[in-house]
Amino acid sequence: MKDPALVVAGLLTLSAGTFAFRFSGPLLRQRIAFPPWAGRLLEAAAVVLLAALVATTALTRGHGFAGLARPAGVLAGGILAWRKAPFLVVVLAAAAVTAVLRLLGVR
Amino acid sequence: MSSIYRTLTGGTLRDIALACLAVWFIGLSYGAIAVASGFPLWVPAAQSVLVLAGASEFLFIGIVAAGGNPLAAAAAGLLVNARHLPYGLALPEVTGRGWRRLLGSHVMNDESVVFALAQEDLPRKRAAYWACGLGVLLCWPAGAVLGALIGSVIGNTGAFGLDAMFPAVILALIMPALRDRVTRRAALGGAVIALAATPFLPAGLPVLLALAGVLAVIIRPAR
Repeated sequence: MKDPALVVAGLLTLSAGTFAFRFSGPLLRQRIAFPPWAGRLLEAAAVVLLAALVATTALTRGHGFAGLARPAGVLAGGILAWRKAPFLVVVLAAAAVTAVLRLLGVR
Repeated sequence: MSSIYRTLTGGTLRDIALACLAVWFIGLSYGAIAVASGFPLWVPAAQSVLVLAGASEFLFIGIVAAGGNPLAAAAAGLLVNARHLPYGLALPEVTGRGWRRLLGSHVMNDESVVFALAQEDLPRKRAAYWACGLGVLLCWPAGAVLGALIGSVIGNTGAFGLDAMFPAVILALIMPALRDRVTRRAALGGAVIALAATPFLPAGLPVLLALAGVLAVIIRPAR
C-alpha cells in the first residue's frame, strides 16, 4: 500500500457516499407519493441490479472473462437455489465446485 | 430485539441466520484477499464497518491493489453502491425515524432488502430488515477481521473457490423474485446488458446500465 493517507481519503469517500445513497432513498420516498405500480417497478429494479451484479461478479474479472471455474461454481449454486436447497448448501457448493475445478486445472 | 423474535416465524429467522453466516464466510474471504493483496488489517476492518457493502469493498481493494488511485476506486465503489438509492425507494417504511434512521439506513444492504421485500406485512418487513441488517453489521466485520488474521496462513484464496461465494449468495437471495416470469425476463435482460458493457465501461457502470432491463417490465406489465 503506497499512500495510507490517500487510501484513508478513498475509504472515507466511499463510506460517506454510500451512506448518502442509503439515507436519501427512504427520505425521498416519504416526500413523494408513489402509486403501487411504481413500487412494483422499483422492486423489479432492485432485482435487476442484483442480477446484473451476479452476472458481472460471476463471469468477469476486470474488463475480461473470469474463466470457467467461477461461473461453473455459481451456476451449480444457482441450480441448487432453484431447487430450493438450503442457503448454506448453495453457497458452499458454489465454492466447492469452483475449488475442485481449479484443483483439476480448469481456470 | 424481542419484538423481532416475536414477529418473525422460525423459518424466516433461520434463513436470516444462515444468510448472516454466509456473509461471515464471505467476510472471511474478503479479509483474507485484502491482506493477500498487501493491505494492513485496518483497511478491511474499517471498510467492513464504515462501508458495509461487500461488492464495493472487494472492488475498492481490487482497484487499489492493481495500482489504481484510491479516490478512483472510491468512485467505482460508489457506482456499485448507487443501487442502495433505488433500494430505499423500493422499501416501505422500515428504516425508522429520527436518530434510528441513521442506523436504519446504514444497515441497508442486499440481504436485508431482500428479506424485507419477501415478508408480507409491514411489521414483518421491518423486523426482517432489522434482524438481517444488524446481523450483517456484526457478521461482516467479524468475518473480515478474522479473515485478515488468517489470510497470511491461507495464501491462495482462489484455490478454495471463495470468489464464487459472493455471486452465489446474491443469486440465492434473488431466486424467489426470479420465479416471477416478468421479473426474470427483466433480470436476464439487465444481466446481458451489464455483461455486454463490461469490456468497455469502468467497473460499476455496467451494473447500473442494467436498469434498462426494467424496460421489459414496463413494456410487458405483470398480469
